[in-house]
Amino acid sequence: MPKKMDKVDVVTVGVGWTGGIIAAELTKAGYKVVGLEKGGERSINDYRYDRNELKYSARGEMMQNLNDNTITYRNNLDQKAKPVRNKNSLVLGTGTGGGGSHWAAQAHRYFSYDFEIRSKTIERYGKDKIPKGMIIKDWGITYDELEPYYDRMEKTMGTSGEKDPLADERSDAYPTPANKLPPSMKLFRKATESLGYHPFVRPTGIASEKYENPDGKTIQACQFCAFCVNYGCDWGAKADPNITVIPTAKETGNFDLRTHAEVKRILYDGNKATGVLYVDTRTGQEYEQPADVVSLTSFIFNNVRLLLLSEIGEPYNPKSGNGLIGKHFVDHHFEPVTRGFFEDEKFNNYIGSGGLGVCFTDFGADNFDHSDVDFLNGGQIEIQMGGNAPISNNPVPEGTPTWGEEFKKQSLKYYNKYLDISFKMATLSFEDQYMDLDPVYKDSSGDPLIRCTYDFTDDYRAKSEFLQNKCVDVLEEMGADKIEKHGLPDHFDGSFIFQHNGGGAVMGDDPEDSFVNNYSQTWDMDNLFVIGASSFPQFGMTNPTLTVGALTYRASEGIIEYLENGGGQLAKATTKHQRT
Amino acid sequence: MADDDNPNNQSSEKERFDSSRRRFVKNTGMVVGGVAGGSLLGGFFTDQFLDDTGTKEKENGKQPIDYIEARMFFKHKKDFDVLNHATERIFPEDESGPGAIELGVPYYIDKQLAGDWGKNTEMYMQSPFQDDEIPLKREDVFLQGVRKINEASKNKFEDDFKNLEKGEQIEVLQLLENDDVDMELIRASDFFESLKSAVMEGCYSDPIYGGNKNMEGWKMKEYPGVQMSHRSNLEKEEFIAMEPKSLKDYMDIEN
Repeated sequence: MPKKMDKVDVVTVGVGWTGGIIAAELTKAGYKVVGLEKGGERSINDYRYDRNELKYSARGEMMQNLNDNTITYRNNLDQKAKPVRNKNSLVLGTGTGGGGSHWAAQAHRYFSYDFEIRSKTIERYGKDKIPKGMIIKDWGITYDELEPYYDRMEKTMGTSGEKDPLADERSDAYPTPANKLPPSMKLFRKATESLGYHPFVRPTGIASEKYENPDGKTIQACQFCAFCVNYGCDWGAKADPNITVIPTAKETGNFDLRTHAEVKRILYDGNKATGVLYVDTRTGQEYEQPADVVSLTSFIFNNVRLLLLSEIGEPYNPKSGNGLIGKHFVDHHFEPVTRGFFEDEKFNNYIGSGGLGVCFTDFGADNFDHSDVDFLNGGQIEIQMGGNAPISNNPVPEGTPTWGEEFKKQSLKYYNKYLDISFKMATLSFEDQYMDLDPVYKDSSGDPLIRCTYDFTDDYRAKSEFLQNKCVDVLEEMGADKIEKHGLPDHFDGSFIFQHNGGGAVMGDDPEDSFVNNYSQTWDMDNLFVIGASSFPQFGMTNPTLTVGALTYRASEGIIEYLENGGGQLAKATTKHQRT
Repeated sequence: MADDDNPNNQSSEKERFDSSRRRFVKNTGMVVGGVAGGSLLGGFFTDQFLDDTGTKEKENGKQPIDYIEARMFFKHKKDFDVLNHATERIFPEDESGPGAIELGVPYYIDKQLAGDWGKNTEMYMQSPFQDDEIPLKREDVFLQGVRKINEASKNKFEDDFKNLEKGEQIEVLQLLENDDVDMELIRASDFFESLKSAVMEGCYSDPIYGGNKNMEGWKMKEYPGVQMSHRSNLEKEEFIAMEPKSLKDYMDIEN
């Protein structure tokens, strides 16, 4: 029998960025919040003395082990899905902070075009520009409506950066100045400027100087130590829920953090959520946690899986087109790399941070005329320097053996004599790409795993090819002696290595084609909020966290309003037809 | 940007490394005053002397015994001999520096296989396994793999792998790389990929794991290891070669 706990105002399922923001904002407003986190608790002290590539990058110390739970994937409806068995192919955060602790902290806003992609595409190019099977849709929120929340999230993180000259208006400058640039990036900047593009220093949740955020939390100045992506920052320079929103929530005295607490089901009665059922993974004891508001704040696979396991909403059926849960699944981003080898230059390639980069968006969003191309949206082209670690970086020109004398010679020679130019691409949604429960594979407690059906589309391939050719132009202008294109494989191969996935419980203003409104509140149960990239109807070009954070700040306002006003829908539906 | 944001303020790396005595002199010169980042406060404020690690000569000139050079996983020397020679062919000694054996790679792999990694404890290992999936633990893959290498060696050259000429050893490994050797429940090429990847780890992981002995792998690659900060070097035009530092150096900073 589950042990019944005292009722609280809000329970969050997961305590990373989204759960942390909800906890901070609600507890500051005086509400009692219970945060349930499947993993353990982390603080900055746990990051000390651990600048260790093998442990963190190769073995994924901060990522969830897959031994009792993973996802499965297949390319199309006719295939049998396979489980992703190896941790190197599936990056899932675990522990307090979640993915927000080991992230690269690249913090771009989406464009106004992204939020209204369907209507703006039809307006400029006509309906026929959207290919058969593509199900892109407007978010039910505009850039201007989300802008104040973008600003808030950037300030929580101490974001450094330079405004993209092609991007939408900002209400304020970045809280800390743009990073200084190494010579390789100055070279990129000069080359792209001379090609007529509009480069800018990447915005990143890694502070360029010491900064105090609006909650009084300090972010330090980045040291470019390069132990960044896959690591927690031991210097406290990378924005992380564990140094910002989680301590903010704790200090109120209203936050009850429970770790090793794995939520198994969302509980409900009629059209109200009543709480959650969770298990202490150490003891096996089950608990029921009642709450006025249930807030799903875990990564999309778990958000969507919990909805499906709890039988909330209608599972999407790609054959009939009915149902919403699992629909609009996208994987962002497989990054094809264009590599330049330089015979006469030598770079300090070991320096870097997850966010150190220079980018341009001349071929992104709707910043150029798409009349003559076979794709929508586009990509951001960039140079980035995470700091090349030695196990995983062994660059050799094509045709070199992958082992032996020649491999050793060439990989040592070029380690500091090459630069990669890459791009981040908008990933658009299609009717045959979705998530559901796997019919075969289960977790250790017997619940089915989530299954993803996904492959590269014609839109994706055309975009990738187009952008890669632009990267070649850039490397030529930079003076690379040898340029190699490392393109897309034939099919998506189950490498979920960026923790950038979206969809499954998407946002909109019509309950017919969206599961949540623009406060991340579900249309079906007005006290159930599903927060995170699960609400993205498709991906913009860049990484999701800043947009997720902005949407979460908006959701927190909505939850407060909901609790103050005694319930009700926070957004007006555009159709009266309510699903059952 | 104030200089005091830099925890090292390292004006010259050379001043900090006295190679004749094979010792690091930590003179971090960090400025006190609340600018230091969260968890790293403390021992940077002192000068400290660290002994070098590993198996280098002691002052009396004798080679110390390296007690970590014993087998944890491979019970039979014959199997380990194959591993030794195979790793050296993948990453051979040459004019730029030591190969896999001198770097300690075979012992690195042996220790990894003896632990959680060898038992795939972090992987989803539930059945059913489909045709192209590998249902084996890494310890089984590597043991079967080195035995297959020796078997292939005997079939082709009528001798144990360790006794073959370099060129012959390369030919045997190519048989695995090209799937011209049959293995049970795994393709030979998949095993060979795992072996190559383990060799790279052994060459370039922190010396704490038994490979990359004396940081020689990093030195060949001009990789500086665990430095506190690169902030003051970020904008430098020229390539900056540094004496690498390991986790041991890093941890001993703060006692």
